[in-house]
Amino acid sequence: MNDSPAPDSKTLNVDVPRSASRNLMSSLLQYAGLSGVLALLILIFSLMSTNFLTVRTLTSVANQIPDLTVIAVGMTLVLIIGGIDLSVGSLLALSSAVLGVFMVDYGWPLWAVVPICLSVGAFCGMLNGVISVKAGIPSFIVTLGMLEMARGSAYLITDSQTKYIGSSIEWIGAPIKGFAFSPVFLLSLVIVGLGQFLLTRTVFGRYCIAIGTNAEAVRMSGIRTAPYSITVFTISGLLCGLAGIMQTSRLSTADPNAAVGLELAAIAACVIGGTSLMGGRGSVINTFFGVLIIAVLQTGLAQVGASDPIKRVITGAVIIVAVLLDAARQRWKRGG
Amino acid sequence: MNDAARTLRFTAHNLCKDYVVRVLDGVQFELRAGEIHALLGANGAGKSTLCRIISGLTPATSGRMTLNGVTYDPRDKRFAESLGVQIVQQELNLIPTLTVAENLLLGRYPERWGIIDRKLLHAQARLALDQFGLHEIHVDQIVGSLGVGQQQMLEIAAALDRNCELLILDEPTAALSAGETERLFARLDELRQQGVGIIYISHRLDEIAKIADRLTVLRDGKYVSTHAVAEFQPIEGVIDLMSGEAQAAAHANQNHHSYTTERTMIRVADMSRDEVVQDVSFSVQAGERYGIAGLVGSGRTELLRLIFGADRLDGGEIFLRGATKPVRFRHPHEAVKAGLAMVTEDRKQNGLLLSQSIRVNTTLSSMELLTRAEGIGIINLRRERELVEAEREMMQIHSRDIEQSVDTLSGGNQQKVAVAKWLLKGADVFLFDEPTRGIDVAARRKIHQLFDNLAEEGKALIIVSSDLEELFETCDRIGVMSAGNLVSEYTRATWSYETIMQDCFSGYTQHETNTVSGATV
Repeated sequence: MNDSPAPDSKTLNVDVPRSASRNLMSSLLQYAGLSGVLALLILIFSLMSTNFLTVRTLTSVANQIPDLTVIAVGMTLVLIIGGIDLSVGSLLALSSAVLGVFMVDYGWPLWAVVPICLSVGAFCGMLNGVISVKAGIPSFIVTLGMLEMARGSAYLITDSQTKYIGSSIEWIGAPIKGFAFSPVFLLSLVIVGLGQFLLTRTVFGRYCIAIGTNAEAVRMSGIRTAPYSITVFTISGLLCGLAGIMQTSRLSTADPNAAVGLELAAIAACVIGGTSLMGGRGSVINTFFGVLIIAVLQTGLAQVGASDPIKRVITGAVIIVAVLLDAARQRWKRGG
Repeated sequence: MNDAARTLRFTAHNLCKDYVVRVLDGVQFELRAGEIHALLGANGAGKSTLCRIISGLTPATSGRMTLNGVTYDPRDKRFAESLGVQIVQQELNLIPTLTVAENLLLGRYPERWGIIDRKLLHAQARLALDQFGLHEIHVDQIVGSLGVGQQQMLEIAAALDRNCELLILDEPTAALSAGETERLFARLDELRQQGVGIIYISHRLDEIAKIADRLTVLRDGKYVSTHAVAEFQPIEGVIDLMSGEAQAAAHANQNHHSYTTERTMIRVADMSRDEVVQDVSFSVQAGERYGIAGLVGSGRTELLRLIFGADRLDGGEIFLRGATKPVRFRHPHEAVKAGLAMVTEDRKQNGLLLSQSIRVNTTLSSMELLTRAEGIGIINLRRERELVEAEREMMQIHSRDIEQSVDTLSGGNQQKVAVAKWLLKGADVFLFDEPTRGIDVAARRKIHQLFDNLAEEGKALIIVSSDLEELFETCDRIGVMSAGNLVSEYTRATWSYETIMQDCFSGYTQHETNTVSGATV
C-alpha cells in the first residue's frame, strides 16, 4: 500500500520543508484534548457553585498539588520505560519523617535537611531500579516491597509520632506575599518543564521511550538499557524525596502516615494524561494536565457539596472515561 | 475403482497461497491411506505453507482439496482436527506449567459438573503414553521438567491420541535421540498399518530413505514431482530434484563486481555455543560479501548473534581489522562500538520499535550525531530531521513523512528502516540475517544494490540467507553451515547449487551414529 511510488513523490515535495510553526501547532493540538476537558470541568463547577471560579479557589488548588505533581512526573518516566513505582507514597512519607526528625529532634535548619531527604528518596529509588533491573524482577513486586519497607522505616524513625515543625518550613509552601502562588508550586512547574524537556529533547528521554517500546530491539541496537532504567527509578525516588518536603511544608507537620495511596493518584494522573502502562508512550505535560484534572475535580466536588464516597465514584469514572477516550484517539490516529 | 478411491486419504489440486509474494503456486499433492509421504524441498520451497494449509492454520488463496474423497476446506485448526487432521509443528505447543496428563488431553478433560475427574484423566493419559511406549513418563509430571525430546514425543502422542487419520510431522526428530527416533519410527509404522496417512518433513534424508514410502519435491513454491522412495539409491540423488534448474542461476549474474581487498576485516576462530554452533572459523576481507547458507536451524542466526555479542559465547575469538589481539563482546553495545552492525532476522521482535516513528527508529543507534556536548545529550531535532530525510530518500522508504510509525509501513519499507538505522550509524562489518525475507521485489533489489555499495566502500558483509539464489547473486564467497558446523566454503568459481545443497544436508545424514555422540564432537 505504501509502496506505490506516485503518492510518495507527492508527499515528499509537500513535507520536506517542515516548518517550526507546524511543529508548534501539532504539539499544541496534542494538549488540546486534555485542556478542553479541564476547561469543561472548570465551566461545570463554575455554573454549579459561585465560589468556584475565584482567585482564591484556583490558587488554593495550585498550592495543593505540588507534591502530587512532582511524583507524577517521576511516575510518567517510570511508566514510559515499562515499569511501575508503587513505593512513591511511602517514600514521600519517609522523606517527610526524616525531615521531621532532623528539624524537630535535632534542630537542624531546613537547608541542611533538604539534601538528606533528597538523598534518602534517591537512594531508595535506586535500590528499586537496581534490584528490578539487575535481578530481572518485575518492578511491580520490587516497589511493592519498598512500599512496605519505606512506610515501616517512616514509623520507626518517628516512633509513629506526627512532628509539628511550624513556621521554619511553612514559608515555602505558603503563597508568596503579593503573589498568588507558593514557592513549591513554582518549583513543581519548573520540574514539569524539566521533565518534559528531558523526555522529548534529550538522548536520555529518547532511550527511555525506546526501552519502553521494545527493550530487546534497543539492546540489539547497541545500547545498554540497564543504566537508563536504573536512573529513571532513581529520579522517581529523588522526586519522592522532594515531594515529602513539599507536603510537609504545606501541612507544617511531618507525618509518617502521609500520602497513603498516593501512588494510585499518581498513576491515575499519568493515565489520564495518556501515558501507556505498557511503556513507550507518555508526556510529562499531559501528566500535569492529569494532575490538574484530578485536583479540580476534587476541589470542585467538595465545593458543590459532594460527599467523599460520591467524590471517589466520580473520580474513578473520570479515570476510566479518560482512558477510553485516549484509546479511541490512538485507534483513530493509527487508522488515519 | 472404488478401492482406489478409498485408499486416497487426501488430495490437493492447484493450490496457491499469496503472502507478499506467491509462496505456493499451483501445487498438487496426494496422500494415500497407510502411507508415509515425505515432503522435500529447500528452505522456502513451500513445505511448511502447504502443511499449514492442510492443517487449517492458514487458508489457501485458491485451489481445491479433498479428504477421504470429500471436498475439504478447513476453516481453522479445530475444524481440521475434528476431521482427523493433526499437525505436530517444530515449535512445541505444550503448556510447560501443566502436567503431562493435562497437556495430553487438553480441551477434552473428562469431567462431571465442571469438575475434572482426575482419576479418569490419569488413566486415559497413561493409556495414550503406553500405546506410544512412553512408559517412563509419569502422567502427573510437570511438562516443563521433561527433556525436549520427551516433550516432542509427548506432543506426537497427544496428536495421535486425538482422532487421527492424517498426521503431519514437521521435523519431528530434530530434538530426539537415536533411541527415541527408533521408537517414533516403530510407532509410525504401526499407524501406517492402521491406515493413517502421514506427511513427513525432515532435513534428514537417511530417515526418509528408511521410513517413507513416497516423496514429493517442491521447489520455489511449485510442484516438481512425486516418486517412490525406492527410486533413489542412494537417497542423496533426490537433492538434484530440489535444486533443479536453479543451478543455472548460480553463475547467471555476469554483472557481479568483486571489491574484495587484501585486508582482512574480521576473522572469527572456533566460535561455539552449546550444541548450536560448533567451532566455526572463517574470515571476511574488506569489501567482501560473505554469504552463509544452511538449512533453518543449522546455527546461522546463532552464529551471527554470537559475533554481535547478543548471546553468551562458550568459546571462540574474534579478530578485527587484522589485529592479533582478540576482542570480546559481552553485549551488543561493545560490538557496535567496535564497528559492527547487525540487521536482525526478526525485525518486529528485535529489530524495530514498531510503534515509534521512522525518525526515532533511524537515529536510535546514532545519538552521538545529534548531540553537541557529551553528557548533557540534548538532541538537535533539526539536524535529526535532516539526517532522517536524507536516509529516507537514499533508501527510498515510501511513507507519508518521517513521523509515520513503522508498524504502518509495508514489510519492505520496514526492512529499509532497519537497514537505514545502521547506515546512519556506520560500521565496518555488517551482519545481515535474512535481509530480504518476506519483502517485495523492489525493496529486495534496493537492498542488494546496497550490498554492492557497502562492498565498494570497503565494508565487510556477512549475509545469512535461506534463499540460495540471493547469495549467488550478491556474494563473493559462501560458507555452508550444517548442524552447527561450517562444513564448506565456496567461491564464485567453485560453487554450484547442487554441491551447496549436498553440504546443507551433510550434517544430518549420519543420524543414527551422530545424534547422541555427535553433539559433543
